[in-house]
Amino acid sequence: MLCTAPLWAGRADLRFLSEIFLYLGLAYLWNLLAGYAGLVSVGQQAYVGFGGYLLFALAINTGVTPLALLPVIGILGVLIAVPVAVLIFRLHGAYFAIGTWVVAEVFRLSFAQMTSLGGGSGTSLPVNVVKSIAASRSGRESLSYWAAFAVLVLIVALVFLFLRSRTGLAMTAIRDNELAAESLGINIWRTKFFVYIFTAGLTAVLGALIFLQKLRISPDAAFSVNDWTAFVIFIVVIGGIGTLEGPIIGTLLYFLLREMLADLGTAYLVILGITAIVIMLFAPNGIWGFVKSRFGIEFFPMTRRVISKKE
Amino acid sequence: MVWINAIVQGILLGGLYALFAAGLSLIFGIMRLVNIAHGDFIVLAAFLGLVVTSTLNMHPLTSLIIVVPAMAVVGYLLQYLVLNRTMGDDILPPLLVTFGLSVILQNSLLEVFSADPQKLNAGNLETASLSLGSLNIGILPLLMFTVAVAVIASLQWLFYHTALGRAFRATSDNADIAQLMGLNKKHIFSMAMALSLAVVAIAGIFLGTRTSFDPASGPTRLIFGFEAVIIGGLCNLWGTLFGGIILGVAQGIGAQINPGWQQLSGHIVFLLVLAIKPNGLFPRVSH
Repeated sequence: MLCTAPLWAGRADLRFLSEIFLYLGLAYLWNLLAGYAGLVSVGQQAYVGFGGYLLFALAINTGVTPLALLPVIGILGVLIAVPVAVLIFRLHGAYFAIGTWVVAEVFRLSFAQMTSLGGGSGTSLPVNVVKSIAASRSGRESLSYWAAFAVLVLIVALVFLFLRSRTGLAMTAIRDNELAAESLGINIWRTKFFVYIFTAGLTAVLGALIFLQKLRISPDAAFSVNDWTAFVIFIVVIGGIGTLEGPIIGTLLYFLLREMLADLGTAYLVILGITAIVIMLFAPNGIWGFVKSRFGIEFFPMTRRVISKKE
Repeated sequence: MVWINAIVQGILLGGLYALFAAGLSLIFGIMRLVNIAHGDFIVLAAFLGLVVTSTLNMHPLTSLIIVVPAMAVVGYLLQYLVLNRTMGDDILPPLLVTFGLSVILQNSLLEVFSADPQKLNAGNLETASLSLGSLNIGILPLLMFTVAVAVIASLQWLFYHTALGRAFRATSDNADIAQLMGLNKKHIFSMAMALSLAVVAIAGIFLGTRTSFDPASGPTRLIFGFEAVIIGGLCNLWGTLFGGIILGVAQGIGAQINPGWQQLSGHIVFLLVLAIKPNGLFPRVSH
């Protein structure tokens, strides 16, 4: 049904749905990093902004239609994450978190120095580039909606398959007990490194789509810690960190609250922050964790049970 | 000459960064906690200073007698009521709770004080300077640097020469055994946070007298403090002071080359240190 949304939904609804998909994508990726790999990053805005800026720079300079650039942006996101990971993996735990933030600041300050991309005040996507996506506005909006939907499906499928793979199992083992995992022969550094660059590439693709919808980019918007990290963290924590269902619940709740409390302005953020703290203190597995332990349901079967052969 | 000037100003600025960093370094050393809201508490202290100076008509430096104990109480209660519940092997809860606190503080300050930049007025002290040949050294930056050195020296003294310091070191080495030996772990942790926010109060007042600040200034102060800690080497207070100085000098030289590079050059020096000496320039020696 969601595939055919451009046929029946209005423009505003379409934009709203795309925004939900993109946030859900970010939530899935952050959840994979923090909830499964134990890499708590507060600097994922580095890759959102990087992807967004790369889309603008490549589309303006090469004239290739933006949607065709997405795979390239994903690969470049992975490549830029390699040296970043080598450096910041020297920090551990909470210091790793702040290290990711420093990297995001370096990205923001560097892009703000690039005068060809508008420097500190940013730039808009030129009309001819916008036209190259699709001639009509409705065609363009349908296309960017489908792109957001397709990327979300891809991310959910990849994360699910990845977690069920050997490496995914290794990663969960590391999260649960690093020492035990290492003694079983798991290469901790390599596993975490792989997850980090993988999420960086996909986050860059999401960033490209986010700013394709906005059609305008500036360093402060692209590398905003509130928009691309704080909200995402709240979504995952409230929904249930380390579960695959949690981000969905969290995202729906986040958008519901946002629509209801939009008039409150900054007070809304305070409420969101307090909710996240209360959940972290009293129900650290979030809403979904509570449901799961209470009713034992799982939409994405991930729990492994020990099956003993009957005599 | 401009270069020597940039370096001297950078060294003095480094004192302020060391003050940002000292509180962070302290709680990490004692309880392995990193307070993501650290920068926002610095800004909170500056706003508190603003309220105190404007309502009681005080000089920012005298307002310290109110702001320091007030922030210490906030720190004690914060640790006792909230953060102690998150302490444990899992690093995620304290990280996310302090991150949530950071967002709450920023937006509450925004609600109360609006986004307008504010400044603490220190009167004549702001413009007074010493001239050494062709160098002009501001009295205020010099005072900040001296206070930073004094704060670090007294923290060092507290750690190694008082009963509380002994309790801190014992809890840092092994909190559970310290508890068995009759120390109340929760109280010690809360004392550490109180001390950290007392230092934050000094840092906040100096921040407010030196530059303008607004509710969104916190994260940058956290990052500067953090960089000073990592450059200097974890759990080494004197190292943190040198880390702050290196960061200040890097920013001063960067700004001299191009004003847009001030922060960027500080970050780059931090990343270079991380690449070459991941344990910092002055790693702690075991004792």
